[in-house]
Amino acid sequence: MEKQTGTVTVKRGLAQMLKGGVIMDVVSAEQARIAEEAGACAVMALERVPADIRAQGGVARMSDPEKILEIMEAVSIPVMAKCRIGHFVEAQILEALGVDYIDESEVLTPADEEHHIDKWQFKVPFVCGCRNLGEALRRIGEGAAMIRTKGEAGTGNVVEAVRHARAVLGEIRRLTTMAPEEMMAYAKEIGAPYDLVVETAKLGRLPVVNFAAGGIATPADAALMMQLGMDGVFVGSGIFKSGDPAKRAHAIVQAVTHYNEPEILAEVSRNLGEPMVGINISDIPAAERLAERGW
Amino acid sequence: MKIGVLALQGAFVEHEQMLGRLGVETVEVRLPQDLAGLDGLIIPGGESTTIGKVAVRWGLLEPLREFAADGGPLWGTCAGLILLARRVRDAVPGQPLLRVMDITVRRNAFGRQVDSFEADLEVPALGERPFHAVFIRAPVIEEVGEGVEGVARVDGETVAARQGRLLATAFHPELTADERFHRYFVDLCAAR
Repeated sequence: MEKQTGTVTVKRGLAQMLKGGVIMDVVSAEQARIAEEAGACAVMALERVPADIRAQGGVARMSDPEKILEIMEAVSIPVMAKCRIGHFVEAQILEALGVDYIDESEVLTPADEEHHIDKWQFKVPFVCGCRNLGEALRRIGEGAAMIRTKGEAGTGNVVEAVRHARAVLGEIRRLTTMAPEEMMAYAKEIGAPYDLVVETAKLGRLPVVNFAAGGIATPADAALMMQLGMDGVFVGSGIFKSGDPAKRAHAIVQAVTHYNEPEILAEVSRNLGEPMVGINISDIPAAERLAERGW
Repeated sequence: MKIGVLALQGAFVEHEQMLGRLGVETVEVRLPQDLAGLDGLIIPGGESTTIGKVAVRWGLLEPLREFAADGGPLWGTCAGLILLARRVRDAVPGQPLLRVMDITVRRNAFGRQVDSFEADLEVPALGERPFHAVFIRAPVIEEVGEGVEGVARVDGETVAARQGRLLATAFHPELTADERFHRYFVDLCAAR
């Protein structure tokens, strides 16, 4: 029997299995176990969560492989890890470690200010951030098997995640009412591959799974992103920078399953302790806004 | 005919779309009361630990076991197969399982995501034409009890099995365009 590995179907397929779930940032084996116990569908293995990257400044790089392996050892759910935008050697290293997904992430300092990684060269699937439909389809054109909106990581402020989700979903809605002859000009306008524009119009959604990320801190934030039409959520600093991470993690998982049931959301939102302290986007100097990274 | 799809986490929409193409009405099951009046239930792919833990939180484990005990047809794909299994070799400590099907399962049996694969399987129950199967961090069935029939194999390992009205596949027919497994399950539900 011939087995084909690294195909588009198996890459996009893993993201389909993550839908309706919460992917949590963790910096240690202990946090990874707390996330798995709370019902995370995957974890993102990091050295520092975005809030700390933001606070400490400097160049943010791929995590120490030792740290990633420690987290892979600790849990049975999929483990993702981040590489810098355009840093295909960090991606090669992550693939060699056997991580299940690579996030080519604006949260780390970009290694290339013009090009993203040619993700078709890898067997391991990639997730990439976007702020709008054009950016999402460029990343899919480069081989991304999953998309997430960027939001503004490490802020605990959901406003940018909402902005980016509304941009992507609104542009898709517009696309579905467009005449075929209008699509080439639209592809040109948003800088997206024409074939993917046509495919998205036909599907009425992105051809890959689309999660929300960047600033989600409460069960209500998570359910908001789900009601807007996202397939699942990434929660970065929002869990382990809060007062009671295990309880909050558990509550956000329930909120993503029951996102359309206000009574259940009310129940799971009770007594979660202190949320992470948020940052207003207007207080962040333009140069420090992570969502601007990526091209 | 009304078939439920457990919609706690994972690829439940894909199953609904497949059943929709077969003209079957579907219901998303998130709470025990959603099980009322169903002719069958699919437990989809996703993360078995997540689905199990959310099921416990909303009191679904016992009602699901009762559904099976009453002869309700159940089909588990991938994570769903793990949840159906009586024994899981490498379960996370305390991982909730339904334990309704007499099989022993090993999780992530082919390796990590880079080892996920597609392959053409011989599935005699579906006819001569091979079934193109998608395996994603898939489990295998190491042992089957009496009354459990292997339905498909990969490298000598059982990857699909049936025990009466319980069906389990380690792979994802809902990610392909081949409707034969869904039709097979719908026939199981109709025969009840």
